[in-house]
Amino acid sequence: MPSYLDFENSVAEFEGKIAELKALAAENQSMAIGDEVKNLEKKAAKALADLYVNLSPWQKAQVARHPERPHALDYIEALITDFTLLAGDRKFAEDHAIVGGLGRFKGEPVVVMGHEKGHDTASRLKHNFGMARPEGYRKAVRLMDLAERFGLPVITFIDTAGAYPGIDAEERGQAEAIARSTDRCLSLPVPLISAVIGEGGSGGAIAIAAANRVLMLEHAIYSVISPEGAASILWRDSQRAKDAATAMKITAQDLKRLHVIDEIIPEPMGGAHRARAQSMQATGDAISRALGEFAGMDAGAIKKQRREKFLAIGRTI
Amino acid sequence: MNWIKNFIRPRIQTLLGGKREVAENMWVKCPETGEMVFYRDLEANLFVIPASGYHMRMPPDARLKHFFDGGEYEPVAMPQVPVDPLTFRDERRYTDRLKEARQKNGVEDAVQAGIGTIDGAPVVAAVQDFAFMGGSLGMAAGEAIVASMRAALAHQSAFVLFVSSGGARMQEGILSLMQMPRTTVAVQELREAGLPYIVVLVHPVTGGVTASYAMLGDIHLSEPGALIGFAGPRVIEQTIREKLPDGFQRAEYLRDHGMVDRVVPRGELRGELSRIIRVLTKRPQLPEVKDGTLAIAAS
Repeated sequence: MPSYLDFENSVAEFEGKIAELKALAAENQSMAIGDEVKNLEKKAAKALADLYVNLSPWQKAQVARHPERPHALDYIEALITDFTLLAGDRKFAEDHAIVGGLGRFKGEPVVVMGHEKGHDTASRLKHNFGMARPEGYRKAVRLMDLAERFGLPVITFIDTAGAYPGIDAEERGQAEAIARSTDRCLSLPVPLISAVIGEGGSGGAIAIAAANRVLMLEHAIYSVISPEGAASILWRDSQRAKDAATAMKITAQDLKRLHVIDEIIPEPMGGAHRARAQSMQATGDAISRALGEFAGMDAGAIKKQRREKFLAIGRTI
Repeated sequence: MNWIKNFIRPRIQTLLGGKREVAENMWVKCPETGEMVFYRDLEANLFVIPASGYHMRMPPDARLKHFFDGGEYEPVAMPQVPVDPLTFRDERRYTDRLKEARQKNGVEDAVQAGIGTIDGAPVVAAVQDFAFMGGSLGMAAGEAIVASMRAALAHQSAFVLFVSSGGARMQEGILSLMQMPRTTVAVQELREAGLPYIVVLVHPVTGGVTASYAMLGDIHLSEPGALIGFAGPRVIEQTIREKLPDGFQRAEYLRDHGMVDRVVPRGELRGELSRIIRVLTKRPQLPEVKDGTLAIAAS
């Protein structure tokens, strides 16, 4: 059973009853629960569908941050074979908030990286909840340099609340590191495909998402600042995050309309965490299609497409 | 009642004369020492308090006039952009905030730029002004930065950016964030054309502006004491729950940590910029006059 979000009470109730019934039946073999379970399952599915076809922006933010949602390392494990994790920025340290390395995607050699949030307390601490320090972005630059040198396409998975706001990060030039990473994305002579799989948080996200194609999962969010951050600045009250989420237009559907992203990847009913493998496969297929569009394109054209795509954003609203 | 407040407010501001026109005999207080200075004297000293050396905010037109030879420049035409693309409102409508900022500042948005010369060398200079909605980077400012950099490209000249900004304009949401890669494309165009791009960091510079074009210059100069960072001090304090060290994120700190080349008092900026541009564009050295400042060449 997944952990439920606060707005999923109705689903939780039905699924709770189903689990109870099944537990009882397991103890008492003579109990016939088939019809009852079927009935409840139907109700649960309907309740889930009712919720998920009409998620509010704030509810989407919660789904995007769901603890069981697949993260970058899950995608790498599901979609990349022959994976070799690479570490370090060659300047100061290894930052686990951005993970990456070499591998094969559908058989073809690639460089892959992403923000990793972690899945339990220990791994969350290790990966700093997906909030990178300058070393993370400098490692990203290094990996993109590798991609250029060996002519490998780059795939990035975007999932961060934002770059880490700490003394050490500032001391070592967080702003410069982000700027250089965005810069590197935009000068890459190989295809760069980004998938926003959870949270696309501000500069910390764009640093590895200035891509030829930006894909986004159906319930992912992508914004200039977190809803909580915007609420505390604009309303001076972080409790107004719900309003900020709505006002800022952070959903995949809004961003597609604004031509900021290229494609929405549909999620299974109830969100990516309910059918992780299916969700990651759909993402892989979308990445594969996107990469296919750049097959055989020369370096100049790839770079030009990326730059013109970003310059065009906002001019066509 | 709210709609009345929102509707009436901008009009009252016009009646009261919201424009920045300060009487010549007005006194200005130094935020550091409390010393009182005549506005006229402050203006004559490039808005630096004479005794304390505190750098007050310098209006963009004064900045550009001081920078270009003879105070003359041709303004860069700023592209029109869609207004309020998200129809955003928080406690007030974004369009009302924008209207008010335009009335108060007498300009369309946060970035102004000019084409001219410095000691005879062709140059395009832009000013991103904190006085206009915190110098925030929205579509207008982003497009203005791109247009200014492209003006330098068209004139095959150096580009100087005086930048002061709190970061993204939140009322434009993701379209504000997209100005980071957009302006970076323009920086790359300058770089590929072999044209110098010099950033002058003016108090304060934070957020998405620091994390894009403000940290991508060939040379980074800063005015003394300017706050420069990615996250603002308040955000960091809330994250780590401790007081920040003295001088943290100040210009001198960034210089000591390798992010800024030089901290230059405003009075010496013009000379420094001229000297750097002449070396980078392989122009002959200007004759040095006795007091250490440079003579202005006729051509």
